Formats: sequence, structure tokens, C-alpha cells
Amino acid sequence: MAPRHLMSPLDFSVDELEALMDVAADIEKNPEKYAHVCDGKKLATLFYEPSTRTRLSFEAAMLNLGGKVLGFSSADSSSAAKGESVADTIRVISCYADIAAMRHPKEGAPLVASLHSRIPVINAGDGGHQHPTQTLTDLLTIRSLKGHFDGLKIGLCGDLKFGRTVHSLMNALSRYPGISFTLISPEELRIPSYVRDAMKALGIPMREDVRLDESTMKDLDILYMTRVQRERFFNEEDYIRMKDFYILDSEKMRLAPKDMYILHPLPRVNEISVDVDNDPRAKYFAQAQYGVYIRMALIMNLLGLAPEA
Amino acid sequence: MNKQGNSDDNVLSIGALREGFVLDHIRAGKAMRIYRDLKLDKLDCTVAIIKNASSHLMGRKDIIKVACPIDYLDLDVLGFIDHNITVNVIQEGRIIEKRSLHLPARIVNVIACKNPRCITSIEQGLDQVFLLTDEATETYRCRYCETKYSGKKNK
Repeated sequence: MAPRHLMSPLDFSVDELEALMDVAADIEKNPEKYAHVCDGKKLATLFYEPSTRTRLSFEAAMLNLGGKVLGFSSADSSSAAKGESVADTIRVISCYADIAAMRHPKEGAPLVASLHSRIPVINAGDGGHQHPTQTLTDLLTIRSLKGHFDGLKIGLCGDLKFGRTVHSLMNALSRYPGISFTLISPEELRIPSYVRDAMKALGIPMREDVRLDESTMKDLDILYMTRVQRERFFNEEDYIRMKDFYILDSEKMRLAPKDMYILHPLPRVNEISVDVDNDPRAKYFAQAQYGVYIRMALIMNLLGLAPEA
Repeated sequence: MNKQGNSDDNVLSIGALREGFVLDHIRAGKAMRIYRDLKLDKLDCTVAIIKNASSHLMGRKDIIKVACPIDYLDLDVLGFIDHNITVNVIQEGRIIEKRSLHLPARIVNVIACKNPRCITSIEQGLDQVFLLTDEATETYRCRYCETKYSGKKNK
């Protein structure tokens, strides 16, 4: 049977996602139950560009399941440096491992791998295109904090133009009834028109604003902060002008609703002041923990494994 | 082969063509591009290109007549280039069928992705595949990176 892969967060239906998050929630409560589900299985982490956080999250997930990991963490230390194609690499890796997670700077590389693979391939980020396990992490975090998605008011703040995590999250959340978005960004970093049009076509209420203040945070259930990424700018001046446009600090948090949780895909730079870290509403480190749980659930799902009853 | 074009849009002369097809209602000036994109130069048969024929519908139009079986023609490619072209299938000197074209769901190795960050820019032997993602706006996106094709079609 052809293996199932994960290329985009929308590859799973709402029901499938719900089941996946149920498993992740159970892992959180009973981690020992899952400690040997992947005994004897191997995860290959094929990272053609460095991403310590994502790679370690995958590796931690597999180790937590009793499996083993192998792989490389940059193109220099892989056969790509010798000019090997992605198709050939995954054909070979299919002989060594049971499942693979691939991070690649070229968009669509994991899809190419999936077309030639005998083992499940997980897209662990392909350029500015997709990063589905980040979206699954965000969804699990929101569900764990709020218990549901229906009717949530989600604020997204920072770089909404280049931030693929934001676009993916909006797409994934748009499948739930009653969702609305407050989009807070500088004029230069507003969401692309194709994302706005897609949301409008679905009839999803959106409000766009430049200010991060009491008026825009009012009523929000979640505030998702993002980092302004230096590599997205052609000139340094623009980056410097944008990078500290929003700084969420404890003073601003005093104006925010008591049950408005702060998420961030990390790493953060200046956009969330360290004095917010101890606020009970700051959930970005918990989010990293949920990332391990959802990756555990995903690995099990794609391998067709479950704990013994 | 008779290369005579006909000024009447409704009565198309097919001359001495016994078996083959006629591509009618090609936008004036686009016949040569279609000749290349359909790789008609690779066919070992008679091909006639008529430029700037009069047309009630279009003012002026181009026509291509090809004396080979219709199976040789990639209708998907033609549909992508311009789905308003009329395809007349000729057998025994008569039009036996008029085929309408539609936008193909998928096109392979006709256009190339221009996104420098796309895997197609480096992977050897990888087909250039585009998928029709929005029929109303005739939007095609790269199968791999989902970048919208922004090149000008035959319009």
C-alpha cells in the first residue's frame, strides 16, 4: 500500500485532525502509554537547511515513542552536496528508515520526495511554502487552551505578509464555524491579497489594523505574535524600521483580556518582551511542548501504529 | 495541399485535406506559436498555416490545417493555450466532428515555473507540472510550490 504523507496542513480532514489531536491530548496525560509504540522504528530527519528547533522536536517525538533517529542537519553534510537529487536521496533513505521528516530550502522538495518514497514523508518546512507541523502544533495549542475552535476570535500580529505560519493557520482555522480574525500589521506587511480574498470568499469576518492596543486586543481569545524575519527584506533599513514595530510587554498585557493567550512560533526576538514570559497567558513555551505531542501523534498515525490496548 | 483560406467564417474550405484536422478561430498572429507549442514541426505530414483570414466573429484569424490523425494532437495543450479555438476533425474530405476545448486540469512540460525557490529550479529530470486551481479565473499553479503561472497565454 502506498504510504500516506503530510505535505500541507489541509491534507487531514477536520475529523482526522480532531482524532490526531485527541491522541496528542492523551499523550500529554499518559506519556508512558506511548513509550514503546515505535520500538524498532527509525525516523530519518533530512534537514537540507538548519532548523534546530523543528529537527529536535521531531527527534524528541520519535525518542519519546521508543524509536530511533538518524539523519543530517545541513545540505553540506548530505549527498546533496555531491549533487544527488531529492528523488534519489529518498529512494535510498526508504531503505534505511521507516519514516522521514524533510526540511528543504526549495519549495515543493518534500512533495517530490513523497512521489518517490516507499516510506511516509513529513514536510518539515519547504522554503516559504508550507510548514504543516507548525500549523498542527498551533491548532493543538489553541484547542488545549480553549477546548474548541468554533467561534474563536484570533488576533495575528507582526509580519502577516511573508509569515507562512500565519497563512497556514488562517487556512486551517477557516474550516471551523464562527472563526474571526483581527490582523495587526504595519502597512508594508499586511496579508497578501490572495489570502484576504480566500477568507472573504468563505465569509470569514476580518478586521485589519496597524495598532496593537486595547481596541484591537479587546475580545480576542488568542493573540498570535510573529517575528519580522531579516531574510525577507532586500534592504537592511526596511528591516530595522519594521523589526521593533510591535513589542508586546507587560504594560500592554494589562490592557488585554484575562483569557487572551499569547502564542508565537518561536524563535522570538524583540516582539515579546521577556517580562511577559511569567504572565500565565504567555503560552509560547507550552506551544513548543505541544509541538512534540502532535508530532508523536503524527508519526504514529502515518506509521499506522497505536499503543497496545 | 490547398492553402486557400476562406473569408466566410461559417463555410470553412478544407481543400484537399482528406484526413486530418483544422484548427480554426486562432487569434490572428498566434498560429506560429501554436505550431511550435503543439510541436507540429516534428510531424512528418503536411501542415498549412493561414494567416489573417477574414472572420465575422474575430475580424481576422489564423487557421492551421494538418493532414494527420487527430490522435497526434495534444488537445490539453491546445486547451491551455486558447480554449476558444475550434478543432474540426476531417475524414474523407468532410468535417465529421467539431471538438470543443476545455482548460485541462493538468499540464505537463508546457510552461515552466519561474519561482527561483521552487524545487523545479534544481531537481534533475523533474517534469514541470501545473494544475488548474481556479477555472473561473483560469489560474494555474505549480504543482510543487503552488506559485501562480503569470505568463501570458495566447490571449
